[in-house]
Amino acid sequence: MRRAFLILWAAAGSLFGQALLVRNTTVLTVTKGTITNGDVLVENGRIAAVGKNLSAPSGAQIVDGTGKFLMPGIIDCHSHTAIEGGVNEGTVSDSSMVNIRDVINPTDINIYRGLAGGLTVSNVLHGSANAIGGQTIVIKLRWGKTAEEMLFEGAKPGIKFALGENPKRQGYPSSFFSQGPAERRYPGTRMGVEQVIRDSFIEARNYQADWKEYRDRVARGEHPIPPRKDLRLEPLVEVLEGKRYVHAHCYRSDEILMLLRVADEMGFKIRTLQHVLEGYKVADEIARHGAGASTFSDWWSYKIEAYDATPYNAAIMTRKGVVVSLNSDSDELQRHLNLEAAKTMRYGGLSEDEALAMVTINPAKQLGIDDKVGSIEVGKSGDLVLFDRHPLDNYSKVLKTWIDGHEYFDRDKDLSERTEFARKKKELMDKEKAAAKEVTP
Amino acid sequence: MGGFTRLCERGGMKRRFGLILAVLLAAALRGEVPSAIAIQGAHVVAVHGPELAHGTVLIRNGLIEAVGENVPVPGDAWVINGAGLTVYPGFIDALGTWGIPAPAPPAPGRAAGAGGTPPATAQPEPRVRGPEDRPQTYAYERAADLVSPSDSRLEAARAAGFTTSATFPNRGIIEGLGALVDLAGERGRDMVVAQPIGEQIIFRVGGGGFGRSFPASLMGNIAYVRQLYLDEANYREARQIYAKNPAGNRRPEYDHALEGLSEAPRILLPAQESQQIDRILRFGRELKVPFVVYGAHEGYRSIDELKQANVPVLVSLKWPEKPKNADPADIPNERDLEMRERAPEVPGLLAKSGIAFGFYSDGIESAPDLKKALKKAVDAGLTRPDAIKALTWNTAEIYGAADRLGSIEKGKIANLTVTRGEAFDDKSTVEYVIIDGKLFEPSKELQKPAPPTGPQGKPAEGEVN
Repeated sequence: MRRAFLILWAAAGSLFGQALLVRNTTVLTVTKGTITNGDVLVENGRIAAVGKNLSAPSGAQIVDGTGKFLMPGIIDCHSHTAIEGGVNEGTVSDSSMVNIRDVINPTDINIYRGLAGGLTVSNVLHGSANAIGGQTIVIKLRWGKTAEEMLFEGAKPGIKFALGENPKRQGYPSSFFSQGPAERRYPGTRMGVEQVIRDSFIEARNYQADWKEYRDRVARGEHPIPPRKDLRLEPLVEVLEGKRYVHAHCYRSDEILMLLRVADEMGFKIRTLQHVLEGYKVADEIARHGAGASTFSDWWSYKIEAYDATPYNAAIMTRKGVVVSLNSDSDELQRHLNLEAAKTMRYGGLSEDEALAMVTINPAKQLGIDDKVGSIEVGKSGDLVLFDRHPLDNYSKVLKTWIDGHEYFDRDKDLSERTEFARKKKELMDKEKAAAKEVTP
Repeated sequence: MGGFTRLCERGGMKRRFGLILAVLLAAALRGEVPSAIAIQGAHVVAVHGPELAHGTVLIRNGLIEAVGENVPVPGDAWVINGAGLTVYPGFIDALGTWGIPAPAPPAPGRAAGAGGTPPATAQPEPRVRGPEDRPQTYAYERAADLVSPSDSRLEAARAAGFTTSATFPNRGIIEGLGALVDLAGERGRDMVVAQPIGEQIIFRVGGGGFGRSFPASLMGNIAYVRQLYLDEANYREARQIYAKNPAGNRRPEYDHALEGLSEAPRILLPAQESQQIDRILRFGRELKVPFVVYGAHEGYRSIDELKQANVPVLVSLKWPEKPKNADPADIPNERDLEMRERAPEVPGLLAKSGIAFGFYSDGIESAPDLKKALKKAVDAGLTRPDAIKALTWNTAEIYGAADRLGSIEKGKIANLTVTRGEAFDDKSTVEYVIIDGKLFEPSKELQKPAPPTGPQGKPAEGEVN
């Protein structure tokens, strides 16, 4: 464990580039208001100073932000980017033994495309095919690094739950999803989904007790056979012990209430409700449980349980005291989450800062990383995005994206490199064509 | 015996054997193989030991009895004039199924239902409930029990100069215990050189799980293998504790899948692309079992990591190619293009970095195709000595069998590949292979490239997936 920490620490050290000073720009701190003609200094990967007329240490990257807008890196609380070999292990009703961390693909081009939209942090989730899905992980989009180097240091891991249509589809007799060589999968109803969750946590409690008994017997000097380490139940025990967050995919208000009741009954917390399109109906109950809500801005009606929706959902839940974020659930949408945030001003009349919070500090709070990212404040990570216009403007474009003060995207550089990439690619294609001709006379 | 008869049918050969022919004929009439064979005056590439320009290799009783420049040839030896011949240690396929005959084709009744919808009466497969059901796990199966000289592919393999194969049963996620097998013998058990040499793991990914059984995703496969190894450790500990204190403890349940895992001296883990190599190196270390990485086509991006990991690599000879019948409108991804261009560079780069590696046939079965694939690596920067070393010594060493295979040294198993011309040269041919001291003369017909006219073979019919 100590060795792992040292390696992580050393790796993190190498990730920090030179110091960075963004000068004379509009700084959208999100939590501390907006500074016009402000400077932000990043040293050793962290924001060292926010103010005016800051001086740069020697060797720093200096960026003139005149007429531009600097905001904290965008955070997506619901992503399936960079997953290799399947988003779902949907073959079983409870697939908590699988872990997204095992299959992060750091070479997925969508990471880079996300950076081009100002995205810096993603909560990478297992799919919603089963009541209890796989373990989930928070990554920083450090393009070019290895999978382990992308992990957000200190971010608590999670687990995906799912309610409603998706987890019960495979048990439904006439469903497309239930066709295949294998028998249909339990459950086929919403009440079955509830029971899967309850059953699994009863098992997890028994498992916890078995281990306790084993340790007690060893302490008494006995020689018991150790219980089998069960990768499916371990993460559920972690949920019970508060060491792992639950991110629950849900739509209907009745099911949201059901899940909150089951969680209370079993003694754990729901960290975030995902999608939660009917959250506006039960916002008080959600706030009382302490769950966050991560929803879409204006996307619904793609299945029956997603009809009773409103674009005011995010604003209503916010006013009821729920921490709300807007997520992408999509490799495409993650590239312009700033515009998703802007819609909450149109629908619900949120302020600029409240709108920006939907994709920065709020998802950071939901993921328990708001002490590290989510706003421009001294001591937080140098995760910054420079826009040419206000990020809530439809016509805004990302110019640069930094993570830990290291530049991972630069629009001009990207544009200028395209010719060379095209040439290289053409060369490879021509070579292949020529080789094919040689073989076939 | 067969090799001998074929030799005698060739006029040129008779002259070369000269005086000893009569002795040989007498031996043949008595139904015996010569007790010794001497290849005299050949270029001997010993791999481990000095290379000889005009050396003699003497073999007797299936073993190499002597090798050197001035080895006296005993009177009872059958002499092969080595002029123009090069003698290598027998080539070893580092991973494959050679020796395990293909299963019989599916019964017609089953194929009939392959059109998409299963027959109305078909029973669905029982659903796997989780790792405890040990899905697709044949850890207890032994290649050594499955190999047979009746495998029709052996002749082509020998024609490519291969005498030996690291053979694994090819089914499921945990394939079963592999064996080093010689590619000839009277019975299956004659073929086995060493076993078990490891467990091969294949990630079976697809379908997102819809209508399939656990595990269907890559993360499901990984989690399953991880659970198996945890179970294996628990099983070992439980049995030890139970053996000491049976009273008061429930007996550990017998699990033949875990028995198989316990027996394997190493595991083979798949990784083709750079991020897969990175992942599998971490996974292998986590499992705390000696492991080997196979695939490695994007290894040119991972050389430093592989060197640091100090893990042997098996490189697939099935180089990535432009997909057949690709839509001409499809613009390939640059990374795929690069992999198609650069994969054959990987062996050369591994050799330069001093990383132990071998080659595996990966479904390539014809002699000219195997030769072409090896030649590609040589053309892309692998030196010929390194290529030979990979095919022989390295592979033997990776499987812990370099004390009996992989070089031409006194006392080792007499597995030799004899070419006219240097191996990998376009015009070179495999003249003989010697396996366990028995001489084979591979057909030249099998070594000719297939004429490039139209598609070969029959179209697939009634495939069952």
